Amino acid sequence: MLMPEPDPQILARRKELAERLRQAVPDGVIEDEASRRVYEQDALTAYRQLPMIVVLPSSTEEVAAVLRICSSMGVKVVPRGAGTSLSGGALPLADGVLLGLARLNRILDIDYDNRTVTCQPGVTNLAISRAVDARGFYYAPDPSSQIACTIGGNVAENSGGVHCLKYGLTTNNVLGVQLVTIDGEVLHIGGRHLDAEGYDLLGILTGSEGLLGVVTEVTVRILPKPETARALLIGFASNEAAGDTVAAIIGAGIIPAGMEMMDKPAIHAAEAFVHVGYPLDVEALLIVELDGPGAEVDHLCEAVTRIARERGAVSCRMSNSEAERLSFWAGRKAAFPAVGRISPDYLCMDGTIPRKALPAVLARLRELESEFGLRVANVFHAGDGNLHPLILFDSNAPGELERAEAFGAAILRLCVQVGGVLTGEHGVGIEKRDLMPEQFTETDLAHQQRLKCAFDPAGLLNPGKVFPVLHRCAELGRMHVHRGQLAFPDIPRF
Amino acid sequence: MPFARHNVTTLVPRTPAEVTDAVRWALSAGEPLEVAGTGSKRALGRPVVASHRLNLSALSGIVSYEPEELVLTARAGTGMQEIEALLAQRNQCLAFEPPDLGPLLGASGIPNAGERERGRDAGSAAAAGGTFGGVISTGYSGPRRFKAGAVRDHVLGIAAVSGRGEAFVGGGKVVKNVTGYDLPKLLTGAFGTLAVLTEISVKVLPAPEDTRTVLVDGLSPREAVQLMTRVLQSPLDVTGASHVPVGVRAPGKSLDASITALRLEGFRPSVEFRLTQLRTLVASSGPVVVLEREESKVFWQAVRDVQPFVPLEEGDRASVWRISAPPAQGAAVLERIQESIPETRAFFDWGGGLIWLRVPNDTGVEPKAIAARIREALVASGGHATLVRAPESVRAVVDVFQPPAAGVAELSRRVKLQFDPSCVLNPGRLYVGV
Repeated sequence: MLMPEPDPQILARRKELAERLRQAVPDGVIEDEASRRVYEQDALTAYRQLPMIVVLPSSTEEVAAVLRICSSMGVKVVPRGAGTSLSGGALPLADGVLLGLARLNRILDIDYDNRTVTCQPGVTNLAISRAVDARGFYYAPDPSSQIACTIGGNVAENSGGVHCLKYGLTTNNVLGVQLVTIDGEVLHIGGRHLDAEGYDLLGILTGSEGLLGVVTEVTVRILPKPETARALLIGFASNEAAGDTVAAIIGAGIIPAGMEMMDKPAIHAAEAFVHVGYPLDVEALLIVELDGPGAEVDHLCEAVTRIARERGAVSCRMSNSEAERLSFWAGRKAAFPAVGRISPDYLCMDGTIPRKALPAVLARLRELESEFGLRVANVFHAGDGNLHPLILFDSNAPGELERAEAFGAAILRLCVQVGGVLTGEHGVGIEKRDLMPEQFTETDLAHQQRLKCAFDPAGLLNPGKVFPVLHRCAELGRMHVHRGQLAFPDIPRF
Repeated sequence: MPFARHNVTTLVPRTPAEVTDAVRWALSAGEPLEVAGTGSKRALGRPVVASHRLNLSALSGIVSYEPEELVLTARAGTGMQEIEALLAQRNQCLAFEPPDLGPLLGASGIPNAGERERGRDAGSAAAAGGTFGGVISTGYSGPRRFKAGAVRDHVLGIAAVSGRGEAFVGGGKVVKNVTGYDLPKLLTGAFGTLAVLTEISVKVLPAPEDTRTVLVDGLSPREAVQLMTRVLQSPLDVTGASHVPVGVRAPGKSLDASITALRLEGFRPSVEFRLTQLRTLVASSGPVVVLEREESKVFWQAVRDVQPFVPLEEGDRASVWRISAPPAQGAAVLERIQESIPETRAFFDWGGGLIWLRVPNDTGVEPKAIAARIREALVASGGHATLVRAPESVRAVVDVFQPPAAGVAELSRRVKLQFDPSCVLNPGRLYVGV
């Protein structure tokens, strides 16, 4: 993976930069190599890069001061939350400042009447739900890293989770942010009201992967906890039957709180790890969670069971207690570490496909396994078509990482070919950066990059991520107008 | 083709390629375009100063609809009636409940006579909900917004032509996607000032099987907002919470009564179960009436389409404002407004978070001063106010949309110029210069 060439002139000014940063953040500048090493990678562990300097501000004012210094000196900045990005979004740059936001970790306000929480970006996802739990509320998006990942990182990556079919991704649950621009200007967008005014800047900031600005405060919606939640564990003799069942559930007008699918290798890995009683003689397993008032959950459990039976389910269990419901999920939630036990390394892919393409995609994956000589276990957010193939490999075996990456790229191309997209929730980062032209033309990408130009014309915020080539804004700004040559003579005119 | 300077010409492209060409022509001729579908929401926003009009009503048709994927793709000029009828056949809906503002905005939206003559087919769409592109570009959501999300939360992908005369796509046609910047959200609610939408993919959802509304009689706005807050804090999953005070008309309500309406939707056993719980929760607040399915639909359609403030007579020059505020502060915001402009009337949606405000023409206060007083009332809580209905002469001099703070205004201007550097698309519709 090619990153921007380090600028020797910037590297030469490192001492001066550190000194200026220390004036802005006296207790938060890290220069020594051993301490910087902590920040050299995120959860995309195949890549590491030592940052030039790490700075850990503890207030919006300090963030603004850091960005003013960096932009005045032309120094690149890579923002980082908890470093749980699976796409390399927080991979440092050799000539860049790593801006760690973990010290901005306070919940600033809980407003039960307006059902909002305002907090700093370094607060973890789970801490928000915990803070409002006693009053019967929660924050809906629940990425599997929720114990560690921060809300600032969730905003940058537009994180999802198993409940997002019903409750949405981060972008559907953020009402406002405080944003610091690369010039160090502090802006407020949105608030506690619905629908921020003007252009939907909140919509483009969420999921912008740290390329547009640094979020220093976030206001999210919290929801009353559903009265009941119950899960069904349904086994099928084929992926097709499981896929048909998913389509039929949605066709019947049911939007489950979560609908997850695992294939045989994933079921076996999970069961061997957590021993929760997953059936081992099935090809595919569905976990369907229904939540809401008791009467609704009873009604829907019955309907889903009937639909599954009609489509040839070979086993079906309904959770009868909260402990049992959690045990159904335990295997799914442990799927990644479970796969980690049966393979020295794995790559987690993240494409989304139209659900109807699932059987064809899984069949093609089996063919690709033999072409690349590597195994795959599949976990799948079946409700929304978000596929997570886990490619098993051994990074100590020469060439296997490269082979696994090529396999991953083939899977994502396949997702785009069947009408899907490169990433459903993990982000583009560096991992899928060079595949962007599979989904978008140069003109499409230019229109995305022009947004970057509106926010960060010098391209100092997290360069090297998302876009295969970061064009200069002056180049993107040119317009070709051919006077008089363009009129379509036959467009109807009145 | 030469155009007479004062004669507005309408271009009616039939394909996305013709849209690209029309925008390129506008660029080369230095002639801005007013972008419209059937014109049903033309009177919403600042008046556009453009010598030519781009009418997208011929760029119509459903491109694909796959109920089990929860995705519908249609061209921008497709009539909302066609889309809603198709979804209804498969028991699905647009969960954001797009309002039909045609009756509120009135005849001012109907374009010139020549166009009316041509557009017999398009004319019927103008009468009922306008076009898909218009609904997305204005970005207004109905009563279910606080529960189901806004328009922008359902827009999955777009194809568009920017003010650079370049066709591009953003987003995708699947319900979960974080690949690249979320351009579909940026273009939603942008009032056609960044790009001309040619095709849009939206997430559709199952239509509720059943619906019932609980009406509580006799509350003041402050009491109503408190009750709605209490209900919205419960897990009863209410999908509509509105208060119509004394002096404002609504279906099934006399002018001297006030009602607070709470809607339940979903599967029948669930609605029945929750209805019992909801009745218990509101029992101490006042006398209760339950609206059955059809009555309930009529009531919420009235709230959605701002029917209480649709002019009853020709020549009604009252203004109508749409105010978004933190829901629990809704009543306090209205009190502040009515202290400074006592003649106003209002009703609430979104549990107090959306205030529709009617300002009669004879307050004796200048339109600019009215705007200032309304926005002043929002300073403490945050929120924004839009002048939705007013004569063109008023919309030309008042900030129709809440002026953003300086930093955000500058950023918005830079975004505009990146997409439409020559300002050929709907110039001035949002803000001066945007």
